[in-house]
Amino acid sequence: MAFEDFNPALAAELLVRFIREEVTKVGFERGVLGLSGGLDSSVVAHLTARALGPENTYGVLMPYRTSDPAGVADAQMVADQLGIRTIRVEITPMVDAYFEHFPDADRIRRGNAMARMRMLVLYDLSAALRALVIGTSNKTELLVGYGTIYGDMAAAMWPLGDLYKTEVRRLAQYLGVPARILEKPPTADLWVGQSDEEELGITYEVLDALLVELVDRRRPLEALVEDGHDEALVRRVAEMVRRSQFKRRTPLCPKISSRSIGHDFRYKRDWGN
Amino acid sequence: MRFRIALAQIRPSLGDVARNLALHLEAIARAAEQGAELIVFPELSLTGYYLEDLVPDVALEPARSEVVAALREASLRHRMDLAFGCIEVGEDFRFFNAAVYVSRGEILHVHRKLYLPTYGMFDEGRYLAPGDTLRAFGTRWGRMGMLICEDMWHPSSVYLLAQDGAQILLCLSAGPGRGVRGEGKLGSIEAWETITRSAAQAYMVYVVYVNRVGFEDGAVFAGGSMIVDPFGRPSASAPALDETLLVGEVDVGEIRRARLFYPLLRDERLDLVLRELKRIYARRHHLAPSDEGS
Repeated sequence: MAFEDFNPALAAELLVRFIREEVTKVGFERGVLGLSGGLDSSVVAHLTARALGPENTYGVLMPYRTSDPAGVADAQMVADQLGIRTIRVEITPMVDAYFEHFPDADRIRRGNAMARMRMLVLYDLSAALRALVIGTSNKTELLVGYGTIYGDMAAAMWPLGDLYKTEVRRLAQYLGVPARILEKPPTADLWVGQSDEEELGITYEVLDALLVELVDRRRPLEALVEDGHDEALVRRVAEMVRRSQFKRRTPLCPKISSRSIGHDFRYKRDWGN
Repeated sequence: MRFRIALAQIRPSLGDVARNLALHLEAIARAAEQGAELIVFPELSLTGYYLEDLVPDVALEPARSEVVAALREASLRHRMDLAFGCIEVGEDFRFFNAAVYVSRGEILHVHRKLYLPTYGMFDEGRYLAPGDTLRAFGTRWGRMGMLICEDMWHPSSVYLLAQDGAQILLCLSAGPGRGVRGEGKLGSIEAWETITRSAAQAYMVYVVYVNRVGFEDGAVFAGGSMIVDPFGRPSASAPALDETLLVGEVDVGEIRRARLFYPLLRDERLDLVLRELKRIYARRHHLAPSDEGS
């Protein structure tokens, strides 16, 4: 398997340094993140607490009325384990107030609104606490677009953005994330009974194996089919990556002047730092 | 003859030359306290690496620059030679990724990076012009040569400097850290150990490899600076990832000793290399009929 030689200790060291340096060099000391009780946010909480200190790490619990109560309890368990601060903000009244205008909205719209309401809370607390928003998206979901743009994808940085879900799981074991959290099936928890793997129609194990071949090793689709992977599945994964490219980029900007944002006005975010 | 070299494994700020100059002056003062007579900084040590459109803003003319003048003054004051990295602007407004060597307050040599990586995570060729000369130069400890990062990945660079008489190679680097597979070290650090050690061993030269640390937009620079002796053995090594001022010793007598054991440079066949290179060059550019049977 592709992930057998993944070195979680080395990855943890790099990611802790990444968070510490990228937060502090732009003049911040604190980080704030949404804590769901799931794998990704638990790992990011661990890394952020190591990087900035538990006293500078804020975990925000933002349940909706349909959220699994076990998620909130698990999030609190991680926070207690790390000694980080928690803030609880119920998003139910805000989300429900909005959908009074659109009572027929489907669960996709409602799920997106929940993700964006959580973004709103995190960015408000970012200003209130002078803390950067630390995102929890991982490489797998970023590549297939399994996230809400300007919702859970909104962040100053994605510490897990170069780790596949399979690697996040290894990292979680290494960091000492409780077994309960490691064992439960991944879910965005936007509606009752939601499951990442059911919704994507593929297990993370297979998805990650395909993505490593396609993205990291740049192998053609045909080669994967020759390896014995199902052709329709390989094509569907490749198509998910292509169709979600817009989520990984800043908005389109026209090029009509001599120097244009997004085209030939090129500076890194760390400009001057 | 022995002397002490300081390897300044610093973390420059992206585009803030004043702050980086202060880092240089501080490292020079600390190196002086530890008896160093030469200090080597990483690639683009005065500017940071991912400059993109900042290139013209941070560019300088070494002979006229006030920033370089401050370093030259420090070199005089501390009686220390310096090698540092900057963006050099040419009189024709071309910009170069340059390494400057200063001795006793004077600029002794400027090397312009020959190979500008423009692939994967690198985009130097978009903003910079490649240098087109490679020369060893005389110092008070013998001839030296400077290479900048990617230059070292072209064995011909090391070969040419060695043939030009270089006994000490300075490699100024902004090498990223990549590869979290397997036990122990970053994959990229292992790669640098391999190429610096093989260069030292093949040409009986000291290799002084100085790599920066720190992150720029999520990309990490790996550090792992080291001195490799002319037998290919690391004689001093800095840790990965941490800012460090490593002071190590170079014993020029070791170069003599290595070259007595392994007189490979004596046996080098420049005539053969020239002849075959001319043939290959002509064939590749269709300047001559292709030779038989190859």
